[in-house]
This record gives sequence, structure tokens and C-alpha cells, in this order.
Amino acid sequence: MSGQFPAENIGHGQPGHAPRPGEPAQPSAFAFDGESESLITGILAKYPEGKQASAVIPLLYVVQKQLGRETGSAWVPRVAMDVVAARLGMPPIRVYEVATFYLMFNTKPVGRYHLQVCTTTPCWLRGSDEVTRACREATGIRHWGETSEDGLFTMTEVECLGACANAPILQVNDDYYEDLDAGRTVELIQALRRGEPPAPGPTIDRFGSMPQGGRTTLLDVPDGEGPPPAHPATVEA
Amino acid sequence: MAKVTVDGITVEVPNGSTALQACEAAGKEIPRFCYHERLSIAGNCRMCLVEVEKAPKPVASCGFPIMDGMVIKTDTEVVRRARRAVMEFLLINHPLDCPICDQGGECDLQDQAYAYGGDHSRYAENKRAVKDKYLGPLVKTVMTRCIQCTRCVRFASEVAGVPELGATSRGENMEIGTYVEKALTSELSGNLIDICPVGALTSRPYAFTARPWELKKTDSIDATDATGTNIRVHARGPEVLRILPRTNDEVNEEWMADKGRFSIDGLKRKRLDRPWVRAHGRLHPATWQDAFVAIARAMQGVPGERIGAIVGDMCDAESMVALRDLMTALGSPNIDCRQDGAQYDLSRRDFYTFNSGIAGIEEADALLIVGADPRHDSPVINARIRKRWLAGAFPVGVIGAPASDLTYGYEVLGDQPSVLAGLIDGSLAFADALRGAKKPMIIVGQGALTRDDAAAVLAACWSLADAVGALSADWHGFNVLHQAASRVGALDLGLVPRAGARSVAGMMSGGVEVLWLLGADEFGAARIGPDTFVIYQGHHGDAGAARADVILPGATYVEKPGTYVNTEGRVQTAFQAVFPPGEAKEDWRILRAFSEVVGHTLPYDDLPAVRARLAEANPVFARQGLPRFGGGTGVAPAGDASALGSTPFGRAMGDYYLTNSISRASPTMQECSRTYSQPVLQAAE
Repeated sequence: MSGQFPAENIGHGQPGHAPRPGEPAQPSAFAFDGESESLITGILAKYPEGKQASAVIPLLYVVQKQLGRETGSAWVPRVAMDVVAARLGMPPIRVYEVATFYLMFNTKPVGRYHLQVCTTTPCWLRGSDEVTRACREATGIRHWGETSEDGLFTMTEVECLGACANAPILQVNDDYYEDLDAGRTVELIQALRRGEPPAPGPTIDRFGSMPQGGRTTLLDVPDGEGPPPAHPATVEA
Repeated sequence: MAKVTVDGITVEVPNGSTALQACEAAGKEIPRFCYHERLSIAGNCRMCLVEVEKAPKPVASCGFPIMDGMVIKTDTEVVRRARRAVMEFLLINHPLDCPICDQGGECDLQDQAYAYGGDHSRYAENKRAVKDKYLGPLVKTVMTRCIQCTRCVRFASEVAGVPELGATSRGENMEIGTYVEKALTSELSGNLIDICPVGALTSRPYAFTARPWELKKTDSIDATDATGTNIRVHARGPEVLRILPRTNDEVNEEWMADKGRFSIDGLKRKRLDRPWVRAHGRLHPATWQDAFVAIARAMQGVPGERIGAIVGDMCDAESMVALRDLMTALGSPNIDCRQDGAQYDLSRRDFYTFNSGIAGIEEADALLIVGADPRHDSPVINARIRKRWLAGAFPVGVIGAPASDLTYGYEVLGDQPSVLAGLIDGSLAFADALRGAKKPMIIVGQGALTRDDAAAVLAACWSLADAVGALSADWHGFNVLHQAASRVGALDLGLVPRAGARSVAGMMSGGVEVLWLLGADEFGAARIGPDTFVIYQGHHGDAGAARADVILPGATYVEKPGTYVNTEGRVQTAFQAVFPPGEAKEDWRILRAFSEVVGHTLPYDDLPAVRARLAEANPVFARQGLPRFGGGTGVAPAGDASALGSTPFGRAMGDYYLTNSISRASPTMQECSRTYSQPVLQAAE
């Protein structure tokens, strides 16, 4: 692209920086830390020279992670989008478009634990309403998108997380907690509040998406007696 | 070529055309919102659905490539139902505020809803509302009306080269905007208003002013820069309400620079509407007769060589030839059109014109810009350079750092004239890019010609053009980019003092006793000697009028029929859109009337006679359009290419928004200047 795209608003026109009422205060500066830089080196190496703009989504994730490490609130401030734009040599607006399009990028600060409740049909049929209610009661949050008073939790309603076999699901930051009900949701939140996040995965007695209580099929391994089934091609020969 | 049948009509269209283009070739109207001929294809409005035989469902014709033997149907029940359904979707969230919308009457959505839409809505829910965006002092936004066709986004990033607009968020929350609130930093932002198919982006100065059917449209030529943009002046009664570009692929395609479009509110401010004569140190209103007599009295006994004339930057050729004839009749050789002190070589026309042609930029394959800032000198030409650059394989070198990003990739080769020498002898790497090109192009701006060593720079640029093969039989790659609309016409008329005569600088400080200013305000009127009798003939009370002893009220470019020659040397005629205010007159008529008073009656009484005189003065005026002259034939401009100075190239233009008396009188341009040209002050607040 042409020349340099200024990372900062070049200050034309009416002042546009003051946050509107209800908008979060944006930090004034952002710089990648060492950990992020090493991640970025690996990410950028995946794309051919001149196609670095393809790395915009991974880099925004790096930003969000770094903010999570630094402030306990994993979000992407505008100034960080500008830094990403400058790093990838793309106009800032193209980064804003991506960051605002994907709901996985938080453009507002969130709590330390971002509770993402799936309410799409399979989870809903399996009791996501109960999970939602439990989250609300345990955290004191009243509406979607709000952050609890202690700043620990933010509740977001999300669409299908793709783990319907283990519905209902609650995604906390990057981890899936599956097969929940009201009681286990409250326990989970209390554990998070204590700073002892339990292992992610099903909260009931099963591994992954296996049937509850253990396997029901493929219980025995063939004992190796008899010839293995012949391949049709070899029979012909 | 491929044969395509559209509604039974067989047409042949080039391979790679779209179904929509094939339909247009067959004379079928296809409704569309997001598709625009000069922008990339987005295919997101779905209004252009047609039926293609063997396709399972209606296809969006704007992005559907044709194949030989394809059968397209544009008027079937399926297509009609599809259009009705798309229109219903588009109208779900579109407000019903047509009566208070400025786009009303020229709105694509309105027209197409009427032609292709259903007769009622089945939608009873609330419509969504979107916060309006601030895009600067020129473009007004009502974002609730936006149908998200993304034409503006594509225009900003493709044509204007300022990728500042985008679509943020998604689904129903999607909004068009800049995300961070800022004015669009483009000199072409007015075109957003034209390409917006609905009333989301409208003209801020023109808001709530008129309906399109109330306006009288007159074809004219933009005189605020040297591009020669083809315009249409929209007037109601005596007032010019807006100016829109006319399509001319040779010149401006369908774009127009902001200064020409928005400085029109200056046409009714600070106007000179009656003659004034200075008596006892103060200007007093006078009659035409008094004013003429006062001038005649001042000229009495003054020898011709003590009379001078300076021609301004917006003059029509008719008034310039009349002034030239008057000065000749008075015996004065002192006439100069170069307010900025630029130096030209008039021995051949291609030494001072843009010889590749604006459309020719698209053929070029390497470009060197010397002392020019195309983005501000001519935003429209800059857009053409960007268009060529986007097509790829177009190295651009710049000598003299431009004031702002030129919107395309370029390499600053330095700011010293010595760089030219380095390019001629091939010691600089960029010389290879020029030499390797089939059609290299060199653009010399006014920043290179308003210097002491201008003749040397001009000669050096010419010899560089010669050296890199830019001067062949079928390609003329030497170009001068002008800033003043009148300049090339004036040079064609030879309005440059011959040897021994006085130039603008020579007429200052008492160099002449009587000085006639034809719309000249920008040469530094304070330098005129205190005893010089100054006549200002022009339309605005600007610097020239403030110093004048007699003021003769003239007409602006929209108030007189005029001939203008753009930087290419293209002769174009503007028609009169409105009448000059008060007692103001067309400028050549004023000169003709005055000539009678001093007993040197000019030999023409009507416009055809003046134009005949123009053609006699220089045959180029006899032909509209672009008269071509031969390419390079070994003749080079006079000037010693080795006498290059060492002053860095500077800018020849001050504030883009305030370059002429009309724009200086325009509140809109003043606000633009505050917004765009003084960012430091803004940041300090």
C-alpha cells in the first residue's frame, strides 16, 4: 500500500477522541511485550512477504491475550488496533473492521473471567436457561454484556460453540466447561472466584464426548485370530 | 467476444464482461445500488438479480461473468419477484423520510422502489437507527438512511486513496464510518455525495436548499484549477446552488475536486457589483461612465511602456484576448499572466502543456514528478495517477517531497535539482526505471517553474525526457502541470512580456504608472508602488480590489460564456449559467466598452466576433478539444540544463482551499481550511 498509514488519527476535524458517555476509557498507548513479540514472529513467518495483512486476526488475539495478562481484562483497545495496523502495513480502518466484526474480540474491557454462555438450540434444549440463571445469581450480573461489581466476571450470550454433544456449555475465557447444570455452574463460578479454575471439559462422569458412565461400543480389541479382511484388489490378483 | 442473448436480443460483448454489462449492451436497464462502473464489484445489494438459463436461482448480474451462448432474462416473473423481495429487505430499515431528505428526487432507492418495488410493506417492527457520523465540513451524513452498499468505502480506498471509511460491526449492527471520529482527508470527498445511491451522504453546504427539479442546469468548465473539469452548474434564479461534475472520460471521468464543487458559496459573497472610483483616498460608488473617464484621465499622457497589465488565474480566453488587444492599442508591451512568477518557454506549445493527456496517464508505465504536488495541484489528475498505479508495474519517483501522501506508492528521490542531473547521466537507480519504460512520463509542476533556475530545470526535464525515450513519434511524455485555469490559454495568447517589456515583478514598485489587473489578486498587491494608478477588473473584493483606484465589476466563470484551456491544452467552452450581480458585466465587454472611451475601439461587438479574434490570435482556439502537435523533433526549450541551482524544490501552492478569490470568499472553503490545513492548531486545542 502507499506510503505509511499514520497509526494515530491525524487530528483533522472535530475532536473525536473523548469517549462518549458509556464508552470505556481507552488506554493512550500500547506496545507488544516480549512474549507477544515472540508469538508474532512465529505468526508472521506463516505468510509470504507482502501478505502480512492476513495475520490480522492472530495478531488481534495476541493483543487480547497480552491485555489479559497485563490487566486481567482480555480486550482490544483502539490504540492496539492501530499498532497492529502499523505492524502489518494496513490502513487502521481495515483492522477496526475485523476487530468489530468478530465477536470473539472484545472491544470493551471485560472481567477476568469472561463467561460466554451458549444459548443456541441444542444448549437451550439441554438447559442453558438454567446455566444462565445460575451465572446471574452467582455473579450478581443482571444483563448480558455486563461486568460484575467485583470486576471478576462478564457475561456474554454467544451463538453455537460447536460442542453440542456436551450441551449446555459455558466458555470461560478460552476453556469449555461442559454438561453443566445450575448447581455445577455455581460451583464453577465459586471456584473461579477463589482463583482455583477447575480443569476444563465435561463436569459429569465422562471423557470428552463419550457416553456417560463409560464406553458402550468398541469395548474389545479384535484378538488377531484369523486372516485380516482381504483388500478387494489383492483378491483379484 | 462472446454472444449473449438478453431477453431475445443477441449481443456480442467482450470476454470477461459481466451479465450486467451484457444487459446494458442489449439496452436493458438493470436496477443496482452497490455496482458502480468505476469501482470494484461488491455484489452485496442484490438488486441486480436476473435469471440465467440453466442457473438454479436468480444471479446477481453485476458480478456474474458471461459465457458464450448464455441466455439471460431480465423481465420474467421470477426476476420481478426477486427485485420486489430485495427492495422489501432494503426498505426494512430505511426511514420513510423522503420529504425531508436532500436526496429526494434524485435518489436511486426512491426511483427503484417506485419502479421495481412492491406497493406496501409487511414490516411492522421498529426500524433500526444509526448514529450519524462526522466526516468533515463537506459531507453530511444521515446514517439511518444507509443501505450499506459500500460504494463510499470502495471510493475512498480505491479512487480517493484514503482508506479511512469502513464497515464496522456486523449484521444489523453494521455501520459505515471511520470508527474514530475524523474528517475524511481527501480533496475528492464531494464525490462521495454523488456516488451514494441514497440520502446517507449528502452535501453539507447544500443541505435543505433545493430540489433537483427546481434547478436550471448549465454545462460549464471548472475554473478553480487547471484540470478543466467538466461541470454542470445547477442554479435557481440568480443563484448557483451547486455544481456537479459531468462525465468526460478524457478529462475528469466523473469526479470533481472539492474546491470547484464547494467554493460556490463564495460566488455571492464579497462581490463587486458596481464600479468604484477612489477619490481623496477612499473608494466611492460610481457609474460605468465615471469609472471609464477616471481611467482615461489617469492614462492621459502616460506613454504605452508605462502602462502594464496582469492577468489573473481564472480568466476566460475572451477577456484575455480583449485585454491583449487593448494593451497593444495603448502601445503597452507590459502584459503578464504569471502571477506566481513562473517561467515558461513559449516557442513551442508542448513546452508548457500536459502532453501525455490526462487519459494518457493510464498508458504510461513509469512516472517522474518534479516539483509538483498533484494531489493539491489537481486532485482529479492525482486520482488518475492512482488509478494507473493500482493497475500495477508503475514506478513513481518524486523530486521535492510532497506536502502530503500522494495516495500511491512513490519514491522520493531528493529535493535538489541536482537529482535531475543524476537521472540524466543515469547514476541514480530510478533512471533505469524510466529508461526501461515504454512510455515514461515526466510531470513538471509549478514548484519547479517558479524558481530562479526554472529555465534550467525545464531544459533538464526536457533533456531527461529525451534521454529516457519519452519523446517518440507516438508518445509525448513531457508534461507541465498547471495550477491556474487561465494559464495555458494565456500562454497560447502569448501574455508574457517580450524582451525589454516588464513582467509582474517589473511592474511592481513604480515600474509602471498605470496597472490594469484582470482578476489578479495573488501576485502580492502590496508590492505595487504607491504612485501607480491601479485598475482592478474582477469579481471579488479581494487583495487586488483593495489596492485599486478604479474597480470595474466583472463576472465569475459561471456568469459568462467563456473559453478555457486546461493544462493539457484542451480548449473547452463554458456556458453562462447565471447573470453577474448588479452592474457587473462580462469581462471582454468591459474592455471593449473602455476601448471606445480611449479612442482605440476594439474591432468586435459580439461573442462570435471575439471568438473569431481568438482563433485569429492562435488557431488552437478554433477547435474544441485537444489539438495535437508533433512529438519531439530535437527542438528543446531554451535554457541551460547544466545551470541547475541548489535550492530545494518547494511548494508552489499555499492553502489548497484558499487559492483564488472565490474560494477565499467562501465560508465553506474557510472551514475546510480550518479543518484540513491547520491540523497543528486543532491538536493544540
